Amino acid sequence: MVDIEKNTGQFHLKSSFTTGEGPLALLGASGCGKSMTLKCIAGVEKPDRGMIKLGEKVLFDSEKRICLPARKRRVGYLFQNYALFPNMTVRDNILCAAKEREYADSLIERFGLENVAAQRPAELSGGQSQRTALARMLAARPEAILLDEPFSALDNHMRSRMEHEILDILEEFEGPVVLVTHDRNEAFRLAEKIAVMQEGTVVETAEKKAFFDHPETVAAARLTGCKNITALEKKGSGIYARDWGIDIALDRRMPEGITHAGYRAHYFTYTEDKIQENVFTCRCVRVIEDVFSTAVCFRQKGNENDSPDSVLTWMVDNDKWNGIKDRVMSGEFMLKLDPGRMMLLKDAR
Amino acid sequence: MELSPLWISLKVAAAATLITFFLGIAAAWGVTGLKRIRAVADGVLSLPLVLPPTVVGFLLLMALGRNSALGHFLEAIGLKMIFTWRGAVAAAVVVSFPVMYRGARGALEQVEEDLIYAARTLGMGEFTILRRIMLPAAWPGIAASAVLTFARALGEFGATLMVAGNLPGKTRTMSIAVYTAMQGGDRELAFKWVAVITCFSVTILILMNLLTQKGFKRKGS
Repeated sequence: MVDIEKNTGQFHLKSSFTTGEGPLALLGASGCGKSMTLKCIAGVEKPDRGMIKLGEKVLFDSEKRICLPARKRRVGYLFQNYALFPNMTVRDNILCAAKEREYADSLIERFGLENVAAQRPAELSGGQSQRTALARMLAARPEAILLDEPFSALDNHMRSRMEHEILDILEEFEGPVVLVTHDRNEAFRLAEKIAVMQEGTVVETAEKKAFFDHPETVAAARLTGCKNITALEKKGSGIYARDWGIDIALDRRMPEGITHAGYRAHYFTYTEDKIQENVFTCRCVRVIEDVFSTAVCFRQKGNENDSPDSVLTWMVDNDKWNGIKDRVMSGEFMLKLDPGRMMLLKDAR
Repeated sequence: MELSPLWISLKVAAAATLITFFLGIAAAWGVTGLKRIRAVADGVLSLPLVLPPTVVGFLLLMALGRNSALGHFLEAIGLKMIFTWRGAVAAAVVVSFPVMYRGARGALEQVEEDLIYAARTLGMGEFTILRRIMLPAAWPGIAASAVLTFARALGEFGATLMVAGNLPGKTRTMSIAVYTAMQGGDRELAFKWVAVITCFSVTILILMNLLTQKGFKRKGS
């Protein structure tokens, strides 16, 4: 359980979440305070206010003036650059924190590090470095595990292999796990719960399925990969999408506090019927053809708003794309939006 | 040529370096942990660097002389300081201390923060971290500072002259020997000592460059 505030000069950190069954991912753009949150939990940085509890154990409580030193917290921390001790061999790195020697030896074996046990960290590959850091962390018998961008230093191939190894560890591990990442796919694969951070503040926490299907905030929607987002304003009985420049007829009542809407790029349907509601008359801005699908960037015809969000993206499978390509490229075309699939969002700022 | 100034200089500088080495590292380690009074502490510890050697000598005479409690106590346990080689060591320690302290502080501050953080989360105590993580990582810088400290102790003149005097065979170091020779009009002898001191200094500078270069290489790889 974490609920802390800290003023860092660059931003005001306001982080509050509770881990449940399975790992929690702190998801957010870089520099938004994710790592600072981890450092506060581990005890190497001190929050200004708040409380951190690990099970029943209070690690930090500003009101009771409790601040357990890092070495007594038993929180394992996997650093982004692994922070292996350069002057020690792999074996010494792992043994220096070990509670029991036998367990440490079994970790060396488990991570396949016997062959490099006598080498120094500078001689290791990325994967070996990470295995060493993992083994060192586990050898100290932590009660909670923190992973700071665990795969950022690895190439793609190594990344998926290490992901499997980390998943194995996380499945066995019984304490809370917090993972920091800016990669939504990584968060989805590794975590059960997701907390979104934006400019130092946790704006939304949800189970990952719910989070990806129904994000509640603009920040969360963007992090789930939603490319089309607009500000909304009331216009008579309907709604006007300010960035997109069209009227929208909603199939449900708009709840209180909703300021924005999002629409996934895959959900548009190509149409040639002019009289329907919720239809864009599009001007093509750019076409990016990928291996299996094509992204068409477009604007509503006559939209005078030129915010970045005024350009929408439509993802279309290449099978379909090849059939309509010529008509789309020739100038105007029409896309229908299904209001039932529109995400209604709040702006946390 | 009477060689005793060479041996006295080496003995005094070696003893002073040994003491300053540990004092300097301890002070540097202590200061890196400070927050608010850090600038003040840093200033006080660096003071001998900017004070004239005569002022240091005067203060040492006050502190170690027979009229002070400390001087009285030291003499009672058989450690007479004034006009002995021990006094020369004391002067060299005080004057060379800032060199070691500042060098060690710089080297310790450059140790990657994450290494220290990692060690803490792994449950290591602060002294263990200093011994097993920080000192090995900062070693090239610390060794270079120790060499420079030795050089500074070897070249010490003003404070030594005031505290330990100029007793041939007892407290006459090489730098004092140059002064004495010139005073006595023996240019040739002065020149010889100058040559010896210059040789030492050049050797020390080369040694220090080697140490720092090695340090860079290790960091670079």
